[in-house]
Amino acid sequence: MKQKICLLIIAALPLITKAQTDADAIMMSKNVLCSGVMYQHNSWDEYWEGTFKRNNENLGTVSTNMIGVMGNYGISHNLNVLFNVPYLQTKASDGVMGGLQGIQDLSMWIKWRPVHQKMGTGKLSIYALGGFSVPTNDYVADYLPFSIGLKSKTLNGRIMVDYENSSFFATASGTYSYRSNIELDRNAYYTTELHLTNEVHMPDVAQVGLRTGYRSRYLIAEAMINNMTTLGGFDIRKNDMPFPSNKMNATSAGVAFKYTPKYYHHFSLVGNAGYVLNGRNVGQSLTYGAGIFYAFNVTGKGRKMGKKNYTPPPAMN
Amino acid sequence: MKKLIIGTISVLIVAAVAFSCSKQIEGRTDNTPALEPLQQDENANTWRLILLSRPDSFAVVAPSATNSTTYIGELNEIKGLQQQLTGEQKEKIKYWNAGSVLRWNEIMRELVAKHNLPPYQNEDGTYPIPSSLNPFNYPQFPFSNPPFAARAYAYVAAAQYDALVACWHYKYLYNRVAPYTADSTVNANARCARVDAPSYPSAEAVVAGVTVEMMKLLFPTEIGFIQQKADEANFSRIASGGNVRSDIDAGMSLGRLVAQVFTARAKADNAGKAVGTPEQWAQLETDCIARGETPWESLETPQRPPMLPFFGNVRPFLFDSLTAQNLYAGEPASKKNQQFLEEVSYTKEVCNNASRDDIRIVHFWADGAGTYTPPGHWNAIATDDFIFQRFSEVRWARNMALLNMSMMDAAIVCWGTKYKFYNPRPSQADPSIKTNTGLPNFPSYISGHSTFSAAAADILGYIIPEKKNLYADMAKEASLSRILGGIHYRMDCDSGLAVGYRIGAYAIQRAQTDGAD
Repeated sequence: MKQKICLLIIAALPLITKAQTDADAIMMSKNVLCSGVMYQHNSWDEYWEGTFKRNNENLGTVSTNMIGVMGNYGISHNLNVLFNVPYLQTKASDGVMGGLQGIQDLSMWIKWRPVHQKMGTGKLSIYALGGFSVPTNDYVADYLPFSIGLKSKTLNGRIMVDYENSSFFATASGTYSYRSNIELDRNAYYTTELHLTNEVHMPDVAQVGLRTGYRSRYLIAEAMINNMTTLGGFDIRKNDMPFPSNKMNATSAGVAFKYTPKYYHHFSLVGNAGYVLNGRNVGQSLTYGAGIFYAFNVTGKGRKMGKKNYTPPPAMN
Repeated sequence: MKKLIIGTISVLIVAAVAFSCSKQIEGRTDNTPALEPLQQDENANTWRLILLSRPDSFAVVAPSATNSTTYIGELNEIKGLQQQLTGEQKEKIKYWNAGSVLRWNEIMRELVAKHNLPPYQNEDGTYPIPSSLNPFNYPQFPFSNPPFAARAYAYVAAAQYDALVACWHYKYLYNRVAPYTADSTVNANARCARVDAPSYPSAEAVVAGVTVEMMKLLFPTEIGFIQQKADEANFSRIASGGNVRSDIDAGMSLGRLVAQVFTARAKADNAGKAVGTPEQWAQLETDCIARGETPWESLETPQRPPMLPFFGNVRPFLFDSLTAQNLYAGEPASKKNQQFLEEVSYTKEVCNNASRDDIRIVHFWADGAGTYTPPGHWNAIATDDFIFQRFSEVRWARNMALLNMSMMDAAIVCWGTKYKFYNPRPSQADPSIKTNTGLPNFPSYISGHSTFSAAAADILGYIIPEKKNLYADMAKEASLSRILGGIHYRMDCDSGLAVGYRIGAYAIQRAQTDGAD
C-alpha cells in the first residue's frame, strides 16, 4: 500500500500553541486553578520522506482534530503543577484508508520558578520544569500517519529563561525528552535492519524554542519559533511507510494570543496558529486552535475578595 | 514550601523509576543456543532430492587424512585463531552457532523486507518497473513483494536442501572427523557444539555457498553484503574449531554448484514474464468485461499496474502447471447477484466495527510494504518453533524447503486465480469502505494471506503434529485479519484457505515419501 506520514507534529506543537502552559513564562498564583478546553486543527498535504519533500495523492490532506482538557494549579507563586489530556481524531481526505481516534497521553508538569528578580529596568525569571507523559490507553502507535500518538512514555526536563521589560518579553527554552521503548502489535519490523521483536527503541528528543511579544494582565500576544530534533532514529525510505522511531525533526513558527476580559477575568480566551517551516519525516502542517479557560481560587478567596483583589491568570506577582 | 519541593522531586523520582531505564532490546533469536541436533540423520543421502538427480551429481574430492601434514597445518590455523579471538569474533561465532539454515533464512527475510517497497511514480504518473538487467537503478531490483518473496524463499530453501543431501552423502562417504575430535587442543578451546558427525564438507559452508550463488539472481544489489556474511560465517566455523579450511572450501564449492542447477531453473520458470506488458494488462480488463463482470481497478493514485499479473504462469515445485490450474478456486459470487452485495456489506460491517483486539490482529498479520511479507512471517513462525526441535542442518533445510515450496506454489495458484477472475476489492465495490490497513494493489479473489497461511499451516502441522491445531488457528486468524482490515470479502478468505490446504496436502505428500520420516 501507499506511504503515509507522521503527524508527530502533534508532539512538536505544545511549544507553539498552548498559552499559559508548560511552555510559557506565566505562573498561577497560590491556590489558583486555571483549567480549560482547547480545540486544535492540524493538516498537511506535503511531507518529508527523509529530506525528500513530496505529496501523496493516496492521502490527499491528512488532518487531525484535537480537543484537549488542561489545567494549571498554583501550589505557590513559584511552584505550579500542570496537566493535559487530549482526544484526537485523524483522517485523510483521499485514498481508501480510514483514520483513527481516541484519548492520547496524560502529561503532567511541575513548573518551578527559582529566580524572579529585577534586572536592569525589567524582570528576569528562570523556570525549571520536570514532567512526564503516559499513554492513557492501548492506542495504536504503529499506523502512521493515522496513529494518534507514538505511545512512548516520556520524561521531560525543561529550562526556561524569561526577561520582561515594560510589557514586552522574550522567553527562551530548551527541553530534553527521554522516550521509553514502545511495543507494536507485530513482532518483527525493518528500520535499517530487521528486528525480530515487538519492541521498538525510541530515540530521545530535544527541543529549543524562542517566544517574544507583548504581555500584560489582560492581553498576551506573541510570536514563537521552535525546533524539534530527534536524537537518533532513521529516515523513511522512498515510498515506504513512516515508523514511530523515524528521525522526526521540525522547525516551526507560530503566533498566539491570550485575552482576559477585564470584568469577566475568571475567563480567558486563547488562540494560536503555527506552521512547519522545515522538517524531516514529518508533515508540513498548518495548525490553528482556540480555547477557553476558567480560573478560580480553590480556597474561595478570589470570590470573597472580589475581582479587585483577585489575581487573574497572567499573574504579575 | 520545602515540603512541596521535596514532594515534587519524589513524584518525579517515582515517575523515573516507573520507566524502565534500559532501552536495550533483545531479538527473539539473539540468544539462540548452539544447534545440537537430536539426530545426525546419517541416511539423509537417501532422501528424495528436488532438482538434483543424484546426491553425487557433483563430485567432491576426497579430503586429506587427519594425520597428513596438510591437515595438521589446517589445525594450526584453528589453534592460532583460537588464541586471539576478539569479543566481536566470539559474538559472531555464537550467532552462527545457532544454525546456518536458521541464520541465512533470517538474513534473507531482512533483504525481503528491505526491498519490499512499491516504486514511486514517474513525473508523468506512470510507474517505473525494477529491472534485473539494471538492478541498481531506481527502483532497485527486486521489488520483493509477496509472490516474489515466496518464490525467492522457496528457491533458496530448496537449493539448500538438495545441496545438504549431497553434503551428507560426502560426509558419510569420507567420514573425516571434525577438528575438535581430531585434536585435543582444538577441542579444549572449541566454541561450537561438538556433534558426533563427519565434518567434510562443512554443512554450514554448503548453505553459505548455495545462498551466495542464489542471491546473485534474486538480490543482485546485495551480493557484497551476502559475501560479507558468508565470510563471517565461514571464519566463525573455523575459529570455533568446528571445521578446518578444507571443509569450508569443499562445502562452498559444492553449495555453489548445486545452486547453479536451481538458478538455471529459476531463469526459465516464467517469473521473468510475470510483470506483463500494458497490452496484457488491458487484456485482463477486456476479458473480464467480456465475461459480463466488473473488472478490478487499481485504487491507487496515480493508478498502479497490477502486481505480477502473470505470476500464475510460474512453474511450481510440488506439482505441474496443469495441476496448478486445476487447483484454482471456483468462480466468485457475481457482482450482479445478491450474495455479492452481502459479501460487501459483511466486510464493511466487520471493518467498521473492529475492536482494539481486532486491530491488533490486522496489524499482526498485515505484513505489507517494508516487511518480510506473509511468507516471511510464516518462515519466522516456523524457525521460532524449529529451534526447539533441534533438527540437523539437513532436516532444517528439508522442512524449510517443504514450507517454502508449499507457499511458492500457493502464490502461483492464488495469483492465477486472482487474475483469472480479476475481482474488485471491497473499497472499489463500495467506496464508503475505509480500510484498517494498506490495500494491496491486485485483485481480491482469492486472499493471498489465506492461501499462504493455509499452505504453511498444513505442512507445519505435519512437521510438528502437536502444534497442528495451533497453526490452523493462526492461519484462520491471518485470513480473518484481511476482512477485519476491510480489504477482502469472506469468500476470498474462505476460498483462499481451502486452496491453501489443498496445496499444503501436496507438501505433506512429499514429506511422507521423501525418506526423511
